[in-house]
Amino acid sequence: MKEKQLTSDFQVRLFTRMVLIRTFEEKIVALCRESYQLPGMQILANGQEAVATGVVSALEPDDIIVSNHRSHGHLLARGADLNSLMAEIMAKADGVNHGKAGTLHLSVPEINAPMTSTVVGAGPPLAVGAAFAQQYQALNGVTVVFFGDGAAAEGSVHEAMNLSGIWKLPILFVCENNGWAGAQRFEEHSAARQIHKRAQGYDMPGQSVDGNDVEAVYHLSLELLEHCRSGKGPAFMETMTYRMRGHGEQDHQHYVNPEELEAWALKCPIIRYRRALLNAGILDKNKIQRIEQDAEARVAAAVAFGDASPYPESDTAMTDVFVQAFNS
Amino acid sequence: MSQKTFGNAINDALSTAMDMDDTVFIAGEGVGVSIHHDPNMPTYGLLDKFGRRRVKDTPVSEAAIAGLAVGASCMGLRPVVEIMFFPFITLASDMLVNHAGKLRYMSGGKSSFPLTVRVKAGVGFGAGSQHSHNLEAWIAHSPGLKIVWPSTVEDAKGLLLSAIFDPDPVIVVEDMMLYRMKGECPDADIRTPLGKARVAAPGTDCTVIAYGLALYTAMKAIEPLIEKGISCEVIDLRSLVPLDKTCILESVRKTGRLVVVHEANRFCGFGAELAAMVAEEAFYDLKGPVKRVGAPQIPVPVASSLEKVFIPGPEDVVRAVLETMGK
Ligand SMILES: Cc1ncc(C[n+]2csc(CCOP(=O)(O)OP(=O)(O)O)c2C)c(N)n1
Repeated sequence: MKEKQLTSDFQVRLFTRMVLIRTFEEKIVALCRESYQLPGMQILANGQEAVATGVVSALEPDDIIVSNHRSHGHLLARGADLNSLMAEIMAKADGVNHGKAGTLHLSVPEINAPMTSTVVGAGPPLAVGAAFAQQYQALNGVTVVFFGDGAAAEGSVHEAMNLSGIWKLPILFVCENNGWAGAQRFEEHSAARQIHKRAQGYDMPGQSVDGNDVEAVYHLSLELLEHCRSGKGPAFMETMTYRMRGHGEQDHQHYVNPEELEAWALKCPIIRYRRALLNAGILDKNKIQRIEQDAEARVAAAVAFGDASPYPESDTAMTDVFVQAFNS
Repeated sequence: MSQKTFGNAINDALSTAMDMDDTVFIAGEGVGVSIHHDPNMPTYGLLDKFGRRRVKDTPVSEAAIAGLAVGASCMGLRPVVEIMFFPFITLASDMLVNHAGKLRYMSGGKSSFPLTVRVKAGVGFGAGSQHSHNLEAWIAHSPGLKIVWPSTVEDAKGLLLSAIFDPDPVIVVEDMMLYRMKGECPDADIRTPLGKARVAAPGTDCTVIAYGLALYTAMKAIEPLIEKGISCEVIDLRSLVPLDKTCILESVRKTGRLVVVHEANRFCGFGAELAAMVAEEAFYDLKGPVKRVGAPQIPVPVASSLEKVFIPGPEDVVRAVLETMGK
């Protein structure tokens, strides 16, 4: 069971995870700037570290994560191997999905994150299946699905909420409301001003939380996960956060008001938490420096690992379609 | 005539249609304000020019976007909606396959659905299986839907304008890899008729049919074949439904051979239909087996070393032509 009263060790761990996620993604930014050959669109969750860290830190080992195109933080918070994650983002043979997934659909079954989709809104129905399997087999786990405010517009999300509400499936719906869906701002793409209020219509508790406050996210996650674990069915959490970078590294946010960005930069979940822990005497400048250096070193090692890994052999293009090989 | 990019030509078609006819509107995810702030993108600047009444940014809601098109077209508007990436047409497919394609028939010809769906396609940009998947055979297999696929700048404009003013639902596939390609394009309102193929290169020994980006793969293959003394006639199909059987059969009757090239999976791909059609209608004119060049039956992988296995190249076309020539 997770503690409700946070120890200082645990608080340091929350901070360390957020720093690692930020450092990892900042490295991807740097690689894109150096016109390094990263395939596809690099879609980052800069600014959203507290959601990934807060939710995932509240999970038990058997819980399942279903993620989306913005998955680095979810997976790193869950303890995914840095090296194979970075190698996959580089589309290398030693990548976690052997170069078949790339940055947008990282699946890491080793840490109970066996399904990731880049099809917006596809996560919730997948989560219905996973949670059904948990209920059917009387397993203890809960399925947590992450999706965006934009995704909440897809019919599939409503259908998944309804079915899980009827069958009382153990799902925690985590809507990361980062203010944007591509270049469309929240107010333009959602008729509902508060997405979590929809939960009521599907007979589940729904709450929102400051998504840049890692402890608040953690506490609400614990509360809602407890609801799911107790057999009472699904729950819905809307995390209010902000997308600090463009939708992909080629997107320079021409449609974003710079003042809005600046205002959110002041609410950076990492800076905020660092200040809180400094004030509480839990961290000092030296410890912070060590945490940051450690993150840098781990990320640098991951890039070196990815660099050293070859591109996948071309014949492996034909494997993994079915369990048994098939020629056509 | 002027030089335009493929993306500009699409933009020009949309703008021309909207200028001419107030019933034309466009809708889709980011058709107004886009993350791509790039004049080569098809809907660039249209929001400024036509305003929010006619340029509708939608939520991420493919079923609703397609439903909007079906319902509004039934009421006399001419919607031109965009599906951001080809695989996401699966989310819109109920509205397109079960409704746009069937309701006219089901109404005994009384209702009509003059809608256009622009679909962005492309394999080869490392985005992987869920962003890259050519599903034209699905659409072609669904009665009541037309589908066209331009490969030249002029046709990007001409086919889209024909689609918009066609009385039926038309899916227009755009290869994203072509958006920046330059070519000649008339400034006037031009129409490339639906159902008319184009002979892209005349030849005598083997007919090669392709569409979209695959046309350029086919064109690259004919040079080395000429060096081997083989003359290919390349047909740019342009329109899958309706299909220009006359052009295909005339060519095959002349050359006696057929190779079909597409980037979609070969298995049950559109090439299978062409092969079957030619086998049924021109069997006795054939001097060699019909060959299909397409992707293997795998999803599109991300790593470029794997993506290369997926996308058929000119060498695959050369090999297929040599095989059908018995060489
Ligand atoms: C079904 C589908 N439609 C469109 C897209 C293209 N797309 C990728 S992310 C995105 C915006 C999603 O917004 P949101 O759900 O809020 O997530 P965010 O990117 O803000 O985290 C869009 C439209 C897609 N991947 N899948």
